[in-house]
Amino acid sequence: MIPEIGQFALGLALVLALALAGFGLLGAQRAEARLMALAPPLALGMLLAVLASFLCLVASFVENDTTVSTVVANSHSLKPLLYKISGTWGNHEGSMLLWVLILALCAGAVAGFGRNLPSALQARVLAVLGLVALGFLAFILATSNPFRRVWPPAPDGLGLNPVLQDPGLAFHPPLLYLGYVGFAVTFAFAVAALLEGRVDAAWGRWVRPWALAAWSFLTLGIGLGSWWAYYELGWGGYWFWDPVENASLLPWLAGCALLHSAIVVEKREALKTWTVFLALLAFALSLLGTFLVRSGVLNSVHAFASDPGRGVFILALLMFYVGGGFALFAWRAQAMTPMGVFAAVSREGALVLNNLLLCSVAAVVLVGTLYPLFADLVLGQKISVGAPFFNTATLPLAAPLIGAMALGPLLAWKRARVFPALQKLWWVALGALLAFLLCLLLAGARIGPALGFAAATWLIWGATADIAERIALFSRPRTAWARAKGLPRAAWGGALGHAGLGVTILGLAGMGLAEDKLALLKPGESAVLGGYEYRLESIADAQGANFSARRAVVQVLRNGQPVVRMEPEKRSFPLARMTTSEAAIHSTPLRDLYVVLGDEREGAVVLRIHNNPLAPWIWLGAGIMALGGGLSLSDRRTRVAAPAPKAQGVRA
Amino acid sequence: MRRLLLLAALLLAGPALALDPAEQLRDPGQEERARAIGRELRCLVCQNQSIEDSDADLARDLRRIVREQVVAGRGDAEVMDFLYARYGDFVLLRPRLSAATVLLWATPVLALGAGLLLVLAMRRRAGVAAGPQPLSPEEQARLARLERAP
Repeated sequence: MIPEIGQFALGLALVLALALAGFGLLGAQRAEARLMALAPPLALGMLLAVLASFLCLVASFVENDTTVSTVVANSHSLKPLLYKISGTWGNHEGSMLLWVLILALCAGAVAGFGRNLPSALQARVLAVLGLVALGFLAFILATSNPFRRVWPPAPDGLGLNPVLQDPGLAFHPPLLYLGYVGFAVTFAFAVAALLEGRVDAAWGRWVRPWALAAWSFLTLGIGLGSWWAYYELGWGGYWFWDPVENASLLPWLAGCALLHSAIVVEKREALKTWTVFLALLAFALSLLGTFLVRSGVLNSVHAFASDPGRGVFILALLMFYVGGGFALFAWRAQAMTPMGVFAAVSREGALVLNNLLLCSVAAVVLVGTLYPLFADLVLGQKISVGAPFFNTATLPLAAPLIGAMALGPLLAWKRARVFPALQKLWWVALGALLAFLLCLLLAGARIGPALGFAAATWLIWGATADIAERIALFSRPRTAWARAKGLPRAAWGGALGHAGLGVTILGLAGMGLAEDKLALLKPGESAVLGGYEYRLESIADAQGANFSARRAVVQVLRNGQPVVRMEPEKRSFPLARMTTSEAAIHSTPLRDLYVVLGDEREGAVVLRIHNNPLAPWIWLGAGIMALGGGLSLSDRRTRVAAPAPKAQGVRA
Repeated sequence: MRRLLLLAALLLAGPALALDPAEQLRDPGQEERARAIGRELRCLVCQNQSIEDSDADLARDLRRIVREQVVAGRGDAEVMDFLYARYGDFVLLRPRLSAATVLLWATPVLALGAGLLLVLAMRRRAGVAAGPQPLSPEEQARLARLERAP
């Protein structure tokens, strides 16, 4: 019964999405208030229907209904409850439903909180969101129905891929989708603006919170995914330039450019065309990401979700939305007249540079990701594009970007001079140079990590210098505290975001100095790495909820003093016939000690030991960036009603 | 067949503990070099993994070849050339510059150049659009009213 209700609700949502798209667009075009007034309730109705459908699927997973094929393929009665629930979106069908649920949530938010939007703009935004939901609901119903029944019922489910049975991964997809789908809202705003032919400061003020929220969630989602790869896959790596990772990085880069250029629209009414373009691009890249992941068109470790037949459908949707959006852009972009003029050297100019470099990095990542496919299909050559290429090709673009990040916030709007800003940063530059030299001195001739430390110092101190400058910490220290309290949260958020990237780079630089060692140990023997002694105490069997394991106990000592006991495991899941290895990780602010258990032979075990300096800062930095986004989002100016667009006539 | 491929992908994607202590070279300098070379080479049967990260048999063989070559005193480039001659472009994670990859390597410059041109074009348009514009009739009326006011 429950799956049928879910199925019905999904169909209902499709009808409501169709009505929302039709009435919204028509009403706004004809300026009919009654039609436009239908949009918010229809959006809320669609949200309720999708939510009901999603809850039905969760219920089917929780009670392990083995007449539902998705449940049979992905769940099992012995699985812990958390993974039964997260298993709902740990598979293709469920994750697409989650995607649509989040889209409906966004539409509901625009309907519920967007009362101060002009009604035509609101109707158009909701209609575009309805149109997007329509396509994806049709996709789900046509190619990936999560409620398909099987009869006779299977005795039990086949179980979830053990690698995915992890709390980090339970929340990774929802966060990522909040990011992807958040850009659907900025896309809808861009399309609405193109239809209206008007972009003004108020538009920028409505778009920026959505861009910020989507970007912050995407940052968290990417950070969580990278952290998961680090602790679960047991390679000690955190970023593999895997196509699916790149697919999430692309909208992040475009979204980062978007939220910066939306500031310029809001404050200076310049860069309008550019901002609209970026809003289209961010969503285009989100859809491309969905396509790459869901179609399995590229070889990737995430290929468990692949199916070419579905890929064609998503590709068609991608063509429709992206092609439609850009065609509209080409047709209507000329209608948007820029207002604010600015000199090349100015805050606006720095933000243009930011946009340019971020988009170039995105272009490199995009081309690098798709190039093997292109070379294979068009040139008939099989080539590989891997981490060494991406590192080499993005660095020359990332370096000036990082350089400009500390400088940009110190430049004045409209017209600025570089030299005074540089003067304010001399101590920051000195710090970066010191960090560079210190690293060379302590770690030997390792240019990469040394540059990383310099960049991290430049960004973190640069953000500090920005705040110090704004509150006049040095010139008028007595009143600095009062000024700090009066500083808008957006300023704190921006500085925090920049510093967060610095923190992440600090972690990356530290990981550049990572060492590892393989050791074949018998109980009682020990290996030494990075000044720590790892003594294997014992190895024994252990039992988990749905797996059995071999567990080693490793005592870590430093200068003969015990530091920590670590227990790496090797788990075997009889249902999935898979073994996974659970690395033991001991995190400290300065380093991660990381031990992986390998094969056993003749009473001895292979241990792989990693010494990962500053590793935790990589993900802490991502958290700080997202926090900066959240702080900026909580700024009064983004919460209070945005001013209505300038009245057409002028009253005396 | 597709199912089999998926299964293979799953198994390969599963965390594997690459490397056997017995494989490693005694000389830490040589081992470090061998690893650096290995990180540039693709495990041909894996999904986007270097031979250093993979536990597949082929990766193990390639690791052994790299180490043998390093011990034999070959330079980094010579070892790469040796594997390139055997396996072609597919084995290199950093593709070599060739007619087929020139577009790939030119992407940073092309993207930046195209962006710069676009910015210049937009600035020119903005400059034209934002030049002194005549007052609209409403503005003229308002100006007149203001001037008349005492």
